[in-house]
Amino acid sequence: MDVVLRHLSAFTDGITTTLELTALSFAGALLIGVVVAALRVSPVAALRGVGTVYVETFQNTPLLVLLVLFVFGLPEVGVIFPLFTTAVIVIALYEAAYIAEAVRSGINTVSIGQAEAARALGLTFGQSLRLVILPQALRGVVQPIGNIFIALTMNTSLAAAVGVVELTSAANRVNLLEAQPIPVFVGAGLGYMVICAVAGLLTGVIERKVAIVR
Amino acid sequence: MKSTSPSSAVLTPMVEARAINKSFGAVRVLTDVDLTVAAGEVVVLIGPSGAGKSTLCRCLNRLENVDSGVVLLDGEELPAEGRALARLRTEVGMVFQQFNLFAHKTVLQNVTLGPIRVKGLSAGDADRQARALLDRVGIADKADHYPAQLSGGQQQRAAIARALAMQPKVMLFDEPTSALDPEMVNEVLDVMVDLAREGMTMVVVTHEMGFARRAADRVVFMADGQIVEVGTPETFFTAPTTDRARDFLSKVLSH
Repeated sequence: MDVVLRHLSAFTDGITTTLELTALSFAGALLIGVVVAALRVSPVAALRGVGTVYVETFQNTPLLVLLVLFVFGLPEVGVIFPLFTTAVIVIALYEAAYIAEAVRSGINTVSIGQAEAARALGLTFGQSLRLVILPQALRGVVQPIGNIFIALTMNTSLAAAVGVVELTSAANRVNLLEAQPIPVFVGAGLGYMVICAVAGLLTGVIERKVAIVR
Repeated sequence: MKSTSPSSAVLTPMVEARAINKSFGAVRVLTDVDLTVAAGEVVVLIGPSGAGKSTLCRCLNRLENVDSGVVLLDGEELPAEGRALARLRTEVGMVFQQFNLFAHKTVLQNVTLGPIRVKGLSAGDADRQARALLDRVGIADKADHYPAQLSGGQQQRAAIARALAMQPKVMLFDEPTSALDPEMVNEVLDVMVDLAREGMTMVVVTHEMGFARRAADRVVFMADGQIVEVGTPETFFTAPTTDRARDFLSKVLSH
């Protein structure tokens, strides 16, 4: 493994970029995902339609295709972002579709009586969702969202294909110099494993912490 | 029971349902139902299951949309779902069979949510009011518990406090004791009887004939989606005029 140690700074820079990419795109995905889930349960048919089209579009296209399309397509329409920013946006949009579906399944587990009680108090639909339904729905989907986080972490490696120098790309560069693919990619793989193992543990902690007394 | 003069009933209907029709798919649940409830009046809806009592009750705050007919609250027609309806709903308290307390909030938070978020009360004022209400329904010591940590009777009393916190003009009770163990029924009914004595306008769907006798100004007997008979508790229970009512009473009062 000393090939990894010789290029340690390349690996740590790569991991740092992977972590940034993961954290930012996950934050974006969570935000967009909750909004899309809210659209999908809206009483307004047009909004439900928008939510459905969103989910079907991003869930049914490969992330790599989306990355390439955005990286080369955005400049075509005059929008020029740094590669890293574009990757964050695309991964966030893509994973948001999965988060939306997880959150929607959580919403469906909250009993209809909770929404009725909220409406009977005079809360608007938005307030009912924000104050009563979503807080309960999200508590129930910590585990699936943790899984999406892990998948998202792995998916950030696709950003390597469009030139973002994250962990996989860093490993690839080191391998081009050293031609030792096994230790180099085992090293990169261990990096992902550590991130995901920590995420898995945190998921369990959060799940227990926010659990509703039943 | 209370001194609501007939003339005030005519002058100020608190709740008025006119020609309500409602179907669930092919099943007709309510057929041309008219119901007027005066301010301060306690109306008890009874009848066999499937008669449409709960549906009628839920139509009164539009939790259930009517197919045709109008519902007026203190003279104002309930609009379609939206902000205006949400505002009118603040004036109608509702108590459900399954309590429906917000599971992720403490009892106190359940009671303060509406006043803070809908009425714009400060947290301090809402808190004081909520604690007074919880004291009134006898569960002041449960303020910081979660609903699941309470007995059914305590949960239902918390739900009544939550509805009262909005200072409603009318309280709707949809089978408030049907999900309770028998020994907890009375603690809830006692709270309701007190409310009735204090002059709250109430519409109560119940199978508790004892409550109807003790607290009702009028008993409305429903069957097959229609109002079959209306009367004071005394006349209804001792001398029902319709066969349907006699048949029903013979079944529920036989032992």
